[in-house]
Amino acid sequence: MAPILTATKVIKRFGGLTAVNAVDFEIPDKAIASIIGPNGAGKTTFFNCITGFNKADEGEIVFEGTPIQRLRTDQITKLGISRTYQNIRLFADMTALENILVGEHVFLRASWMSAVLGLPNVRKEEKMALVEAQRLLNFVGMQGKGDMLARNLPYGEQRRLEIARALATKPKLLLLDEPSAGMNPRETGDLTAFIRRLRDELGITILLIEHHMRVVMGISENITVLDYGEKIAEGSPSEIQSNPRVIEAYLGRGAATDGMQNAHERFPQKAG
Amino acid sequence: MKKENFLWNAVKTGLLGGAIALFICLIGMVEIFSKRDVIEKVLTLGQFVLLATAAGMGFVAARRTSSLLGDIKPLPLLAAGLTAGLLTGLLIALLVVIGNQVNLRAVFINASPALYDLLTFKKGVGFAWNLPAFGAVAGMLGAAFLLLPKFLRRPLSRALIALVFMALFSGLFRVVMINQGGAWIASAKYLFGQTGLTLPGTLIFFVGVVALTLVWDFKGGQAQSRIARLPKQSQLILRVLVYALIAYVAIGLPQVSGPFIAQVIVTVALFILMGLGLNITLGFAGLLDLGFVAFYAIGAYTVGLLTSYGQFGVQHIPFWVAVPIAVLVAMAFGAFLGLPVLGIRGDYLAIATLGFGEIVRLLAGSDFLAPFFGGPMGVIGIQKPCLGLLGPFLKVDVPRVCNGIELGKPQDIYYVAVVSAILIAFIAWRLRESRLGRAWMAIREDEDVAEALGINLVQTKLLAYILGAAFAGLGGAIFATLIGSIFASSMQLIVSINVVSLIIVGGMGSIPGVIVGAIALIGLPELLREVSEFRYLLYGLTLIIMMLAKPEGLWPSKTTLRELHHAKIEVDAKA
Repeated sequence: MAPILTATKVIKRFGGLTAVNAVDFEIPDKAIASIIGPNGAGKTTFFNCITGFNKADEGEIVFEGTPIQRLRTDQITKLGISRTYQNIRLFADMTALENILVGEHVFLRASWMSAVLGLPNVRKEEKMALVEAQRLLNFVGMQGKGDMLARNLPYGEQRRLEIARALATKPKLLLLDEPSAGMNPRETGDLTAFIRRLRDELGITILLIEHHMRVVMGISENITVLDYGEKIAEGSPSEIQSNPRVIEAYLGRGAATDGMQNAHERFPQKAG
Repeated sequence: MKKENFLWNAVKTGLLGGAIALFICLIGMVEIFSKRDVIEKVLTLGQFVLLATAAGMGFVAARRTSSLLGDIKPLPLLAAGLTAGLLTGLLIALLVVIGNQVNLRAVFINASPALYDLLTFKKGVGFAWNLPAFGAVAGMLGAAFLLLPKFLRRPLSRALIALVFMALFSGLFRVVMINQGGAWIASAKYLFGQTGLTLPGTLIFFVGVVALTLVWDFKGGQAQSRIARLPKQSQLILRVLVYALIAYVAIGLPQVSGPFIAQVIVTVALFILMGLGLNITLGFAGLLDLGFVAFYAIGAYTVGLLTSYGQFGVQHIPFWVAVPIAVLVAMAFGAFLGLPVLGIRGDYLAIATLGFGEIVRLLAGSDFLAPFFGGPMGVIGIQKPCLGLLGPFLKVDVPRVCNGIELGKPQDIYYVAVVSAILIAFIAWRLRESRLGRAWMAIREDEDVAEALGINLVQTKLLAYILGAAFAGLGGAIFATLIGSIFASSMQLIVSINVVSLIIVGGMGSIPGVIVGAIALIGLPELLREVSEFRYLLYGLTLIIMMLAKPEGLWPSKTTLRELHHAKIEVDAKA
C-alpha cells in the first residue's frame, strides 16, 4: 500500500549532539508500525520532528503528498497527525470532557463574536461537539467520568483520556509515545486490543514508540530500530528479532546469541 | 507530658500576643482606629482590636493546650487562656507605665500621651494595672469559646463579625437611613451613633444575628428543600422576584446613598472591568500582564481627547460615540503590545508588559508629548455623558450644552459603570464557555500540547490580549468621564498590581471571583478612609493570609467547585 508518511534523510541536531541522523522512514496507510531502540536513541525526537515540536534541520517529511517539515504544529495537526505523550500531558485543571472538547477545536467554526451573541448555529455546534466528546469518552471506556478533573483520574484512565483527546482531532496518523508505560500485563493486553480496534474500526494508521517488547512484537507489522539517532534495522517482527545488529544495540556485543523475546525483562522500561 | 509544658506554652502565646499588641500600638494603629467606635462611648475600634488580640491569644493557647492534652478539659484550657490574656494585658500595661516615665517618642513617634489615654480609658496611669485583668478576662472568653458546643460557636462568631462590620459602616447606614426621612430618622439615631453602634444597637444586632443563624442552622435545610419541591413555575416566579428585588435595590441605591458611596461603587465597577479584562489574559490564557493599566490609560485618554472642551480636545464628539472608539483604540494597542511579546513566556512576559505600562504612563505625562496630551497638566474639561442632543461646540473651556439629561454626578455615572460591568461580565462568561475560552485554558495549562491539538497560538493569544485590552479600555473611558480630567500620574504601576491582586484574591479565572475581589480589595479600603494610612499594611496582610489559608481564592472558578460537587455525588452514591 502507498505510504501515508515518508521521511527522507531527516537530521535533527541539538548543539553538538545529532539526535536524529539521516533517518529514512516510511509508514504504509492503515498500518501499525513501531519505532524501538535503547534509551536516548532519538525516538521521541523523531516523533517531535514529525509533529513539528522540533523542526528538522535537514531532510524532508511528506504526509499525504504535503511536505510538513516547515509547518507549525497546529497546521500539521489540521492535516491529520495527532499524538500522545510519553509523560502524560493532559490539561490537568480541566475536566475530561473539556480535554476532549479542546481536541475538537479544529472542527469548530464559531467566531468569538457569534459565541458572545449566543447565535443558534453556535449553540448547535457546541451541542454536537459535546455529543461527539461524550461518544469518544465512551469509546475509550470512560462513561460517566466526563466531569472529573483530569488530574484526579487514575493513571490508566489518564492514558486513555489522552488517546481520546488525540482522536478528537480526527487523525489519519496517530503517534503513540510509549502507551503501555506503567501498565500491568492485563492492561497491556487490553491496550494492544484497543490499538488494533483503532486501526480496524477507524482506519487510523498507528505509529508507536514502545519499550514493551511483547506489545511491539505482538502488534506491529513493521518495526524500525534506532540507535544513536541512526536507523540500524527495519523489517517484520521476526526479522528484527533475529537481526544481530539490533541484539547488539540492545544487549551489547557478545550477547547476540540471546533472543530478543526476553529483552524487556532484563532492561528497565523507562525511556530516555 | 509535664505540667510545665502547658504553662510554658500559654506563656509563649501570651508573650506573642503582647508583642502583636505592642506593635499595633506603636505603629499608631490603635490611635487611628480609635477615631471609630465599635460601641459608642464604650469601646473604640482600637481598644477592640487590642481586646480581640488578647481573646484570640486565649483561644490559641487553649487550642494548643487541648491538642497537647489530646482532650478538651475546661479547667486547664481556661487557665491557659487566662495566662495568655494576662500576659498580653501585662505587656500593654508595662508600655503605659514605662512610657510615662521614659520618653519613648524619640524612637516610637506614636507612643504619645493620647495613646496612653486610650489604653487606660482616660483614667490615669494607675488604671494601667487593671489592663492585665481585662486581658485575662478576654483570654478566658477566648478559651471559653473553644469549650462551647459547635452549634453555638457559629452563630456567636458570625454575630461578632457582623457587629464589627455594622460598627465600621455605621456612619454609612446612618446617613442612608436618615436620608429616607420620617420614622427612619429616629430608628437610625437609636441604632447608629456618629462613629459607631449605640449600646442598644449593639445588643439588637448581636441578638438578631445569633437568632437568625440559629434559625437558619436548624430550619434552613427544610426551607430549601421546600423551595426545591415547589412546581417549576413557582420556582421561576420566585427567582424573578429575587432578581427584581436586586435590580430595585441596585437602581435605587445611588439615590439614597449620596455621591460618596456612588463614587466608591463606580470605582469598584471600574476595577471589575479591568479585573475582567486581565482575567482573560491572566486567568484564562495564563499570560501575566503587569502593565495592564496601560490599556486603561489608553481608553481614558482616547475619550478625553475626543470629548474634552479644554485646550487638548481634538474632537468634541458625544461620550457615547467616543466610548466605542476608545475600546477600539485599546484593542489596537492590545494587538500592538501582543505581537512583539507573544514569543515571550512566563516571568519574562511579566517584565516586558511591566515596561509597556510604564512607557505609556511616562509618554502620556512627558513634556515631549505635552502639546498633545497635556503632559503633567493632564487633559481637563472632559464632557459629561448626555442623554439627548448636545449643543454645538462654541469655544475652548465652554462645555457643550446638553439638551436632555446630563449624567454629571457620580450617582449618574454609577448606572453607566454598573451596566457596563454587568455587560462585560456576561461577555466574559460567554467567551469562557466558547471554544475560544477552552483554547485559552488549554494554552494556560500546556502551550505545546494546545498547539499540537490544532490551536493557533499566535491568533489565540493575540485575541486574549485584544479582548482584555478592550475591557480595560472601557473602564478607562468611564473613568475619564467620571473624574472629568485625566492625569498621567494616576496611571501608576500600583493600579496594575491592584488588578492582579484582586484576581488572585478573588480566584484566578473566576468571573464572580473578580467581583468579590474588587469589592474586598478596592471597595472596603475606599469606604474605610480613616484607616487608609494602614491600607497597604492590611492589604499585604490580607494577601499573605489568603495565600496561606485559601490559595484558590474567595470564589474559585467553576471547575474546582464542580470537582467538589462531583466528589459529593460519589459519596452520596456510596452511602
